[in-house]
Amino acid sequence: MAVTLGTAGELTRRRFASLGRPALIASTLVAGGLTLIAVIGPWIAPYDPDATDVLAAHQGPGARHLLGTDSLGRDILSRALAGARLSFAGPAVIMLISTILGTALAIFSAWHGGRVDRMVNRLLNVMFSVPGVLVAVLSSAVFGSGFWAPVLALGVVYLPYMARVVRSVAVRERHRGYVESLQLAGMSSWRICLRHLVPNVLPIVTAQGTYGFGSALADFAAVSFLGLGIQPPAAEWGVMVSEGRSELLDGALQQSLSAGTLIVVTVVAFNVLGAQLSSRSGGRR
Amino acid sequence: MTIPAHRDLVLDVRGLRKTFHSRNGGPREALRGIGFSIERGSCLAVVGESGSGKTTAARIVAGLESATSGTVVVTDGRAGGKTRHGVQMVFQDPYGSLDPRQAVGAGLHELLKIHGMRRRADRRTRVSELLESVGLDDRHAGRYPASLSGGQRQRVAIARALALNPALLILDEAVSALDVSVQAQVLNLLADIRERTRISYLFVSHDLGVVRQVSDTCIVLRNGRLIESGPTADVLDAPRQGYTRALVDAVPRPGWRPRRRPA
Repeated sequence: MAVTLGTAGELTRRRFASLGRPALIASTLVAGGLTLIAVIGPWIAPYDPDATDVLAAHQGPGARHLLGTDSLGRDILSRALAGARLSFAGPAVIMLISTILGTALAIFSAWHGGRVDRMVNRLLNVMFSVPGVLVAVLSSAVFGSGFWAPVLALGVVYLPYMARVVRSVAVRERHRGYVESLQLAGMSSWRICLRHLVPNVLPIVTAQGTYGFGSALADFAAVSFLGLGIQPPAAEWGVMVSEGRSELLDGALQQSLSAGTLIVVTVVAFNVLGAQLSSRSGGRR
Repeated sequence: MTIPAHRDLVLDVRGLRKTFHSRNGGPREALRGIGFSIERGSCLAVVGESGSGKTTAARIVAGLESATSGTVVVTDGRAGGKTRHGVQMVFQDPYGSLDPRQAVGAGLHELLKIHGMRRRADRRTRVSELLESVGLDDRHAGRYPASLSGGQRQRVAIARALALNPALLILDEAVSALDVSVQAQVLNLLADIRERTRISYLFVSHDLGVVRQVSDTCIVLRNGRLIESGPTADVLDAPRQGYTRALVDAVPRPGWRPRRRPA
């Protein structure tokens, strides 16, 4: 699924970016609303998301259970709301890792230029060639399933996407007159990078981080779906899609469908928002 | 020619060579052994067409680039490190010469702070002085570069350079990107500053009209070689080299009338 960021992804991304202001407003509202749910979800859930009630199992959507219940009689709406937290925590940590490391690597590379820059570029190309979900699966296989193994692996996998975009902007900034006059003024490289370069690449970092968040959410859910990330009975969207599979044969679509829809809506909202932000961060000044 | 011992030089450059090695294509000699000096309080202009090596020479003097061989001696009464704080530079592009995310005042405060001015009140006084010395005032301290005109930005760039009390200020095509009227204002400002502070200028320009107005001495570069030097008036009025004459002749003279082009 990390492939969504590749060449095919570039095309979608450009299409997302060309949607204009209504898309920016809509995606901000959807992404903001979902983030809010991720924070307060467990508190607004009508039922305890983990409470089983075998007598009320396999119910369709109705007045008592708006989205019905699963095979153990757990309220699907409550699980979807409560599961938002884990589903968001994964990509949040993934993007935190890739953003901090990727930006640091990008600025290091842009600052030194020349041979260092070429070597970093080569390293990034190698990292690009590694399929993301595969690394996450391997990581879980080696270090055991759970939250941290796939999250740390995906954090590294997403690093080159951040680094490449930030590097191109940082290289441009590095060669502007103000950086050289700060050097002439005797300012240390550290201070110039942290106080002047970082603030100037921040808009593109935010945009790329938002864009990547959507894709990372999909990858993280995929790993959980495969049974290598978050483990049942914990409520998480990837886990819910997986658990709902057995019910699909009985014609009970609600669990897989509701969790799957949430994943898709979240991914699209964050991708559109990220593309909008990055198309708006370029043309200023 | 013997150099009289009493000359007070702020910059003495000798035998400066610079060879660039690009990855594709062979070495390119930007400077092929040039020498010049600037007396304290005077202005030396470096003229020549683009690619003649004048910007490279300026960047080496500033310490932004290292010379392949030759010596650069800056006498500013300070110990020199990798870059020379006694030498500051104002760049050509008024849009790139300031950090777009930093307010004018905050930038000046930062410069003064890293140069040991600890007390905020002292800095505030100095920031006001500096802004005033370039024809701006405290109202501009809170502004960001995006809300300043090109001329105002170059004034801020000059104020930032002056903040460190340099002995030599390099102006690399510093007024070339400005409108003619703004250009004149900034040139007058530079003249005023020189009168007040005995600062020296290294003025890189391709505009001979401007060079004539501001500089005391000038050197002409072509293909990395120094082909003529001397007092500005002599060089420009009685060029001894065909190249210099061609440069001078390329300037539209008074009496030049644009011909009406057929529509």
